[in-house]
Amino acid sequence: MTDTSILSVIHYQVMWDRLISVVEEQAQALIRTGFSTSTREAGDVSAGIFDTSGDMLAQAVTGTPGHVNSMARAVAHFLDRFPVDTMKPGDVFITNDPWKGTGHLHDFTVVTPAFFNGACVSLFACTCHVVDVGGRGIGPDGRQVYEEGIYIPLMYFAREGRVDETMIEIVRGNVREPVQVIGDIYSLAACNDIGCERLVEMMSEFGIETLDALGEHILDKTARAMKEAIADIAPGTFHNTMRVDGYERPLDLVAALTVHEDHISVDFEGTSAPSPFGINVPFCYTEAYATFGVKCVVAPKVPNNAASLAAIRISTPENCILNAKHPLPVATRHITGQLLPDVMFGCLSQVRTRAGDPLAVPAEGSSCLWNLFAMGGAGRVDAEPETLADARVFNVMSFHSGGAGARAGKDGLSATAFPSGVRNVPIEITEAGSPMIVWRKEYRTDSGGAGYYRGGLGQIMEVDTLDTAPFAVSANYDRVLFPPRGRDGGQDGAAGVVRLKSGEHLRGKGQQTVPYGERLLIEMPGGGGIGDPLQRPAEMVAKDVREGMVSAEKARSVYGVALDDAHAVIADQTETLRMQLRAKMKQDAAEDRSVQMETSK
Amino acid sequence: MTNAARLAVDIGGTFTDLALTRDGRRVTAKVLTTPSAPEQGVLTGVKAILEKAGLAPSDVGIVIHGTTLATNAIIERKGAKTAMIVTDGFRDSIDMAYENRFEQYDIMMDRPAPLVPQAMRFQAAGRIDAQGNEIQPLDEAKIAEICDRLAAEEVRSVAVCFMHPYANMAHEERAREIISARLPDIAITLSGEVCPEIREYDRWSTALANAYIQPVMDTYLRKLSVELEKMGVDCPFFMITSAGGLTEVEMARRFPVRLVESGPAGGAILAAHVAAQSDYEEILSFDMGGTTAKICLIENGQPHYSRTFEVAREYRFLKGSGLPLRIPVIDMVEIGAGGGSIARIDELSRIQIGPDSMGSEPGPASYGRGGTAATVTDANVVLGRLDPETFAGGSIPLLPERAETAVMEHIGAQLELDPLNAAIGISEVVEENMANASRVHAVELGRNLGGRTMIAFGGAAPLHAARLADKLGIRRVVVPASAGVGSAVGFLLAPIAYEINQSRFVTLDDTFDNEAINALRKDMYAKALEVVSAGAGDQPLIETWTADMRYVGQGHEVTVDIPATPFEAEDHKALHDLFVSYYTSTFGRSIPGLVSEITGWSLRLATQAPAPEKARHEKNGKTVCPAGARRMVDAATGDMIEAPVYHRAELEPGVTLAGPCIITEEETTTIVTSRFDAGVNSLGHIVLDWNEA
Repeated sequence: MTDTSILSVIHYQVMWDRLISVVEEQAQALIRTGFSTSTREAGDVSAGIFDTSGDMLAQAVTGTPGHVNSMARAVAHFLDRFPVDTMKPGDVFITNDPWKGTGHLHDFTVVTPAFFNGACVSLFACTCHVVDVGGRGIGPDGRQVYEEGIYIPLMYFAREGRVDETMIEIVRGNVREPVQVIGDIYSLAACNDIGCERLVEMMSEFGIETLDALGEHILDKTARAMKEAIADIAPGTFHNTMRVDGYERPLDLVAALTVHEDHISVDFEGTSAPSPFGINVPFCYTEAYATFGVKCVVAPKVPNNAASLAAIRISTPENCILNAKHPLPVATRHITGQLLPDVMFGCLSQVRTRAGDPLAVPAEGSSCLWNLFAMGGAGRVDAEPETLADARVFNVMSFHSGGAGARAGKDGLSATAFPSGVRNVPIEITEAGSPMIVWRKEYRTDSGGAGYYRGGLGQIMEVDTLDTAPFAVSANYDRVLFPPRGRDGGQDGAAGVVRLKSGEHLRGKGQQTVPYGERLLIEMPGGGGIGDPLQRPAEMVAKDVREGMVSAEKARSVYGVALDDAHAVIADQTETLRMQLRAKMKQDAAEDRSVQMETSK
Repeated sequence: MTNAARLAVDIGGTFTDLALTRDGRRVTAKVLTTPSAPEQGVLTGVKAILEKAGLAPSDVGIVIHGTTLATNAIIERKGAKTAMIVTDGFRDSIDMAYENRFEQYDIMMDRPAPLVPQAMRFQAAGRIDAQGNEIQPLDEAKIAEICDRLAAEEVRSVAVCFMHPYANMAHEERAREIISARLPDIAITLSGEVCPEIREYDRWSTALANAYIQPVMDTYLRKLSVELEKMGVDCPFFMITSAGGLTEVEMARRFPVRLVESGPAGGAILAAHVAAQSDYEEILSFDMGGTTAKICLIENGQPHYSRTFEVAREYRFLKGSGLPLRIPVIDMVEIGAGGGSIARIDELSRIQIGPDSMGSEPGPASYGRGGTAATVTDANVVLGRLDPETFAGGSIPLLPERAETAVMEHIGAQLELDPLNAAIGISEVVEENMANASRVHAVELGRNLGGRTMIAFGGAAPLHAARLADKLGIRRVVVPASAGVGSAVGFLLAPIAYEINQSRFVTLDDTFDNEAINALRKDMYAKALEVVSAGAGDQPLIETWTADMRYVGQGHEVTVDIPATPFEAEDHKALHDLFVSYYTSTFGRSIPGLVSEITGWSLRLATQAPAPEKARHEKNGKTVCPAGARRMVDAATGDMIEAPVYHRAELEPGVTLAGPCIITEEETTTIVTSRFDAGVNSLGHIVLDWNEA
């Protein structure tokens, strides 16, 4: 193709598309060869290509924002430690450093330099969550990162093609599932190799010696698009506070989001101090999810790369749970980190376009994943050893989600991972690999926050095992004490509940024992609603009742919709009901005001 | 001696294609599809093609049929009233799907709704565990009670979807007994029968799709047989499956889900056949029509097969936005890139093509039927690649000025490009889209594309084939005879075949129980034989066995060919070695010291494909006078040139044409860029070879 200036715009577009396709190949290769359920079933991975100064040029479509956006920063740390001019073909680098990688020891990041005609032209990086890193196992109970598992500093995985057997042996000796962990590390290295190969093919085809010009084009174009998107909204500073469960005490996540001329800044001043437990978040992960929350509202279609990330600037105070320093425990940093897009949404819901229109911002949702993480067998359950003697040793990590918040113009998604993008693990896969039995996995009726647009529903899972022994659950949940909030008159979603079937409530965080003969019930939170439920079209409420999303009772008491036995709307009764409910709301509001006046006297 | 004629009928979204062979002579025809009563279009087509061939209905000895009816019933949600009976506690799983978002940054995305609404999903207690043990008996009384509801609701089809039936079918089979005793007229699908594989959502989604389309297909197939018989076409009637095999109508009625996407499968068979004619070992088959492009890899005459397919991708053809089907299919990637695909500018001032298409109504701007969007076809008109007067055999006169206006309005003005460069942009981007889809598909299969031969067919493929080949490092492109009705031609070449997949976990170590596996395989063989022999009689059969293998602890399998002979006790070592060598060739490195396992077994039983007539490709040194000339942009260089135009019908085998040039025929146009020279082989296929100049 001719490389005249008039056509170069198309020429660059084609090469840019190719880069995205190259990193997608890289990610797919990782998923197809991965061992841990999070990699292979859930797609909890990231893959990207970087220029030689460490700026991310493109990321795979497949992946989770927490990984992608933190990995985007990781490559620069590798380059500090191993300057480009010291890298040789066949070198592969690795770390699971929570602060320089993606936030906890369970995530391994592997970086591979790509060479073309003898020169290093770019770097490929990828990340996945391995099933075990020793220590206490995943959970918030550690008090220092040292308790959370083995730490691999930034180092060589392979030098000029030769794998570092010493490192492999040390990892093998320090984790509970060496086969899966070592397998995943090899998969990370292999997927980068595929990226490098494809890049070389692309550069040969297009006859380019470096990625400099293409990189500049990508980052310029992205920066301009971000600038245009931000220029469409009115400047100002917007505050939001969200109280969440925390571990030993509730946390306040406090943010001030400022829209500037050409960028957006977010400051978390006022947010709670670090916790003594592993729900702390290294800064890289805070940045990843805060940025994601802003970007998916302000500029969802602009590609994710160094330039789009640069237009959203995150800062935190020093002594802050969102900027936890070594050696604080961080194993379950995702519990807190995944709540950050909701904090951003609270700020963004106040933002207006220059034309004065609100942005399309969802209500709060379940947000952090509600994974089933269970263990059984000797040494894994806090129970009398003799009760575990015959129990099979197992480790189940299955990804699941509560409801997402209602959206501007649409109901929220039920049982859907947001902001994480991971897939669930099929129940049959969980049951085939362990003695666990899932007896129930269904929508949790009435858990979606009522509203003109209803919040998504959470789900209920009911589990036990085939063994005649107690088993352990590692709870890594939030929104148990403080449910997702509704917006603009929409009601809150239902709070999550973790309990035994016989009734006893378990804590939302930490490892606990489910006695033999009991079943564990996990009732996941629903998303918040948006707008007045009394204005939701009665037909939509009736449909929700027919589909089991809303009970007939709540349809009546919350939505003011009267239904007959066939769940058809009774129009006149509905009108009366809604009038009564509105009158009652006015009265309640008046009483509230008088109570407030009393108090202030 | 005169043999009976073989007739193939392929119903597509816009056209119904027909191909007929008798004594080595081929006739083709194209008529409009009649969506409301597809059999009418078929009958019109059959009449037309018999007339063209000068044959009587009784001369037809076999009819082979493929249709998009099953696919369309799902896409358009026009299946029968269907219910689901599901293991207690799992009523909502079909709606939760994978609990994920297939588009990370789009907070407004929605997952596709299941084919059966919640109110039609009924639960019954009863559990089989992953090892096949019953841990809770089936609630038979509840099944009977549900039957009353199904009758009251006038449900026509029901899918029984329990947990772990691949390990033990007892509960699903018992449920069928109860239902059929009470409701003899209802169609029943068992999830473990339509797909005896692990992963409940995928299996149930497949079962629901099967149940949903079963009554529709059944009615249609009955009507069609009756009408054909009335007409005098009274002969064996076969359906083509998505895996490219022929199957008796009876099997098609039981498992209609296996007919989804059967048309494109025909194209892959054609490509495999053309490859065998010239002993091309590695093929990329490229099929491009009005709405989509399909790319398929073929090696040593065999397309890749897959077990998963996604139907009705609602969101820009994006992976994850459709309904998953676990059925045997010819593995291909399909993207929204066709002649009618719409070009526009996105937020980043980048050209985007498709996936939406203008179809045939109103069609591209240049059709002059009210369409104003800029399409790929319009770009081709601007670039001089299509002759406005002879497009579609002259039946659709193209209006170049409309094409230019559309291309300028939607692309050129925004990017400050003149019409030619804007059209080059559209063409380049659609070709790059197809190139990228091909590359990702190749990596999923662990294959390279460079050095392959491309076989291009379908109305739009020969226009873009040379440039796409250039992008993929492909140095030879074949445009087969009758390329415009490629899939129907492929049907005529398909073997009678059936495939069975069965989940069964086996660790490849000392615990390997060869006798248990031999028994399982014997049972699978018997089931497949029953289906195949119904159509094949005592023809010799080819038995192809594969195993889904992985390292213990991995979640995804690779499909490895294994021997058909029974296993000895020690054969686990040989199986492990087969896996490791396949794994290494696919992913570059193997992992030392790990044990492997087999999760599923698959058998394909098929009749022998007809031996291909070998193609000769000798250049006779003759040159041909062009029929005319046209100004065209050469895709290889971007330059406007004067290109000679040839009529395909006038080209005899052995001629050589230097690129760039244009070769026209009724159903398509082949563009030869300056990078290629064209020849015609003894079978009438156009062969483009890279010129080193």
